[in-house]
Amino acid sequence: MSEMTRRQFLKITGTTLVGSSLALMGFSPGVALAEVREYKLTRATETRNTCPYCSVACGILMYSLGDRAKNAQSNIFHIEGDPDHPVNRGTLCPKGAGLVDFIHSESRLKVPEYRAPGSDKWQRISWNDALDRIAKLMKADRDANFVAKNADGLTVNRWLTTGMLAASASSNEVGYLTHKVARSLGLLAFDNQARV
Amino acid sequence: MTNHWVDIKNADLVLIMGGNAAEAHPCGFKWVTEAKAHNKAKLIVVDPRFTRSASVADVYAPIRTGTDIVFLGGLINYLLTNDKIQREYVVNYTDLSFIVKDEFAFTDGIYSGYNVDKRSYDKSSWDYARGDDGYVKTDPTLADPRCVYNLLKQHYTRYTPEMVERVCGTPKDKVLQIWDMIASTATPDRAMTIMYALGWTQHSIGSQMIRTGAMVQLLLGNIGISGGGMNALRGHSNIQGLTDLGLMSNLLTGYMTLPGEKEQDFEAYIGLRAQKPLRPNQLSYWQNYRKFFVSFMKSWWGDAATAENNWAFDYLPKLDKQYDMLQAYELMNQGKMNGYICQGFNPLAAAPNKAKLSASFSKLKYLVIMDPLATETSEFWKNYGPLNDVDSSKIQTEVFRLPTTCFAEENGSLTNSSRWLQWHWKGAEPPGEARSDLEIMAGLFLRMRDMYRKDGGAFADPIVNLTWKYAQPHSPDPEELAREYSGNALKDLADPKDATKITRKAGEQLAGFAELRDDGSTASGCWIFCGAWGPTGNLMARRDNADPTGIGQTINWAWAWPANRRVLYNRASCDPHGKPFNPKRKLIAWNGAAWAGADIPDFKVDENPENGMGPFIMNPEGVARFFARANMAEGPFPEHYEPFESPLATNPLNPNQPQAMNNPAARVFAQDREAFGKADKFPHVATTYRLTEHFHYWTKHVRLNAIVQPEQFVEIGAALADELGIGNGSRVRVSSNRGHIEAVAMVTKRIKPLTIEGKTVHTVGVPIHWGFLGVAKPGYLANTLTPFVGDANTNTPEFKSFLVKVEKV
Ligand code: SF4
Repeated sequence: MSEMTRRQFLKITGTTLVGSSLALMGFSPGVALAEVREYKLTRATETRNTCPYCSVACGILMYSLGDRAKNAQSNIFHIEGDPDHPVNRGTLCPKGAGLVDFIHSESRLKVPEYRAPGSDKWQRISWNDALDRIAKLMKADRDANFVAKNADGLTVNRWLTTGMLAASASSNEVGYLTHKVARSLGLLAFDNQARV
Repeated sequence: MTNHWVDIKNADLVLIMGGNAAEAHPCGFKWVTEAKAHNKAKLIVVDPRFTRSASVADVYAPIRTGTDIVFLGGLINYLLTNDKIQREYVVNYTDLSFIVKDEFAFTDGIYSGYNVDKRSYDKSSWDYARGDDGYVKTDPTLADPRCVYNLLKQHYTRYTPEMVERVCGTPKDKVLQIWDMIASTATPDRAMTIMYALGWTQHSIGSQMIRTGAMVQLLLGNIGISGGGMNALRGHSNIQGLTDLGLMSNLLTGYMTLPGEKEQDFEAYIGLRAQKPLRPNQLSYWQNYRKFFVSFMKSWWGDAATAENNWAFDYLPKLDKQYDMLQAYELMNQGKMNGYICQGFNPLAAAPNKAKLSASFSKLKYLVIMDPLATETSEFWKNYGPLNDVDSSKIQTEVFRLPTTCFAEENGSLTNSSRWLQWHWKGAEPPGEARSDLEIMAGLFLRMRDMYRKDGGAFADPIVNLTWKYAQPHSPDPEELAREYSGNALKDLADPKDATKITRKAGEQLAGFAELRDDGSTASGCWIFCGAWGPTGNLMARRDNADPTGIGQTINWAWAWPANRRVLYNRASCDPHGKPFNPKRKLIAWNGAAWAGADIPDFKVDENPENGMGPFIMNPEGVARFFARANMAEGPFPEHYEPFESPLATNPLNPNQPQAMNNPAARVFAQDREAFGKADKFPHVATTYRLTEHFHYWTKHVRLNAIVQPEQFVEIGAALADELGIGNGSRVRVSSNRGHIEAVAMVTKRIKPLTIEGKTVHTVGVPIHWGFLGVAKPGYLANTLTPFVGDANTNTPEFKSFLVKVEKV
């Protein structure tokens, strides 16, 4: 096994879950040889990313068709571990090995939806209408329930009747902007998955 | 993590307890394998289940869930009585020699100052005694009966190997074998790392379990050294980052804290946080709090934050109590909340007691979901038969579901357990009309700001004055935000020693938090991230994986907070004179003029070690604390309390004091207390966990993972299965006092019954990954079973120990 090149190894194992599990168990080729990419990877665009699941944050390579030209839709068709990454060194676990199916999951949401009070189904709503309506609901609730001073007359400037959870799989940049907006509104019931 | 993933290879001994890295963090676990293969390291696993981590361990010991403080407290007792401690380290780098106030006391499991009605403590006696010079009194000989060393020793005398066997169910010979192995790392040339995860945090005494682990590491001199440390394996890819950025009810960015409502005076707010040193010549780095805070406020409120208005101090909401998730659902359930926004979070599955959550969400006026996937929370109002048995027509909540991008469709950084901020790049467009969270948050904010500008409303100032200088206001770039949280100079910055020299021009990015000022001339949205995007550009995107010293310090790969430092407290890897305790794994050393080495020194870089500055520079003590003072809710030393649902009738450590049965300082809402089950009706102990093939409630939407692990199951030990006549693969019902689930029984030898206080206790394993949506087979949400109570400090729910009853269907 140790004489095998990385490319041959990936070909044999199909870079599937099984392949990744093998790699995880230590059956990966000794040296990750930089080679000319063959077959469909030769035409693919490679993008570096990190696995969004656990906090090991394995480096991944995402392969897409489409050359980033303005009108070409790129489509990621293959993901593998980044051999240059100092922590995972090319390996992925069974979770990370399925990432391409996450991107293309049939459960991905594609359009904004609305559920009316008492209804048992979703209906389509435009982005504009959805954001307009949410912003109005939030402002109305904030204006009606904002606490500028507590019972003792102390300045507290808080809004307790709306709360928010932020995503600990979202980027630092998303988290930062989300915090900035939430706190400027006076939200206190505001958490991320760190507590669970 | 105080250390980082690759550093695990430097360990001589690895203790995995409260976690299962082989299955939950597989590619990180391979550094344990590396340590075993190339550093002759030994692996110890202590867990209620014989996990895959345990399967490759040199020694495995079972333990009853929720009793880790007894095991580790016993270890502290063992190390102290047998004098297996790194004496030079503990005498110089910890508070063992500090004298504690005479008023401090501990009787029958309860500390001085307890108020049973409020379930909280007056902590004024939990402090060190001061000398006439204002500094804490110490006794370096450790002879004073009131020094921390003697109080600690006394506290843990009750934690004997026999007590461990009685309470934890771990056989005494196993206990002693493990303690002896751990004690071997008290020498300066041996390092042990502790790897833990939610198996420690998700208990009503979770924070104190972690502290006990940290205390063991301090006694052994294993903190700050390569191959050592307390290594929290965070559960999500960016939990570390979002916590660093302060997205919690009581935090601001960089572990600054929101004011309490009594903190009306700005100077007092700063003063309490900018603590003066408790011993001579200590750095007490939080003394710079004002610089961090002012730079933060300038970042958010720009010109509206001035010296005259205390940098817009009143723009910040002030707390009267904790508003953690559990508090929020309690308020919701009482009808006191109207709106809720879930961004990439599925609380119907992730918080405890699904029935209560469902009732709470049904009382909202509006619920907003932003997610790449269809979550259960987004459809809490929809009937899915027994899996979600609700009547839609009775639920009046308006629900909005907004599709978002996923990791592959955005640029940005995530902070891993090693505190590395790693940049990633977009590889494709999102499906359909999905938008980035940045665009959605901007869309909501700009609409509200416009309305407040036009129509006014309650306290509009913090909204209309919020800085929003993004090139495309409706869709800020990740790059713009990264530069903002990192920080820049707002004016030309002059050298404090030479006013004619400009060290940083207005508008330039700052290289690090040492450049921050408290006069409004610098801005940094998150001081611990300052320098991530420095004057030379985006350091998070660096990809040089060179490891020149061979100990895994790739310091030009990405960027780590703080200051690109890879091992926290690394000054403690050297003796008091600045020589490495272990020259083979040298992190830094004093070279006569400066500290330097394979890592960025966690110390004042030109401080001569002979001046006696301690290595724990964030603490006003300058040293690490065994005695937590007032920093913990339930006491300065960790004490074992039983889980809120326990198979025992009394706490064996404090059998005569009913108040000390469970964590006396944990907040319990009345209705939730009524919903606790008792051992007579629910005789089996249960614990939840993850599987290697799944990630939370996401991968049930992912075809590959749904194929390899398609159907919900529970793990039941062979002995219990025999007792109940349950066959492998048959269906069982698992009930708690809050609800029930049905699943396939996986009868296993991996969970053995334990003998606790003379009685047999069976543990049932409940993997968490199923729900009523996704491509895997539909299943019950595991949190149907779990109790609504959390840790007294963090309010992290007690998912790891509760009571159930298992029956054949
Ligand atoms: S591939 Fe596995 S180990 Fe690596 S980050 Fe993803 S979930 Fe964690």
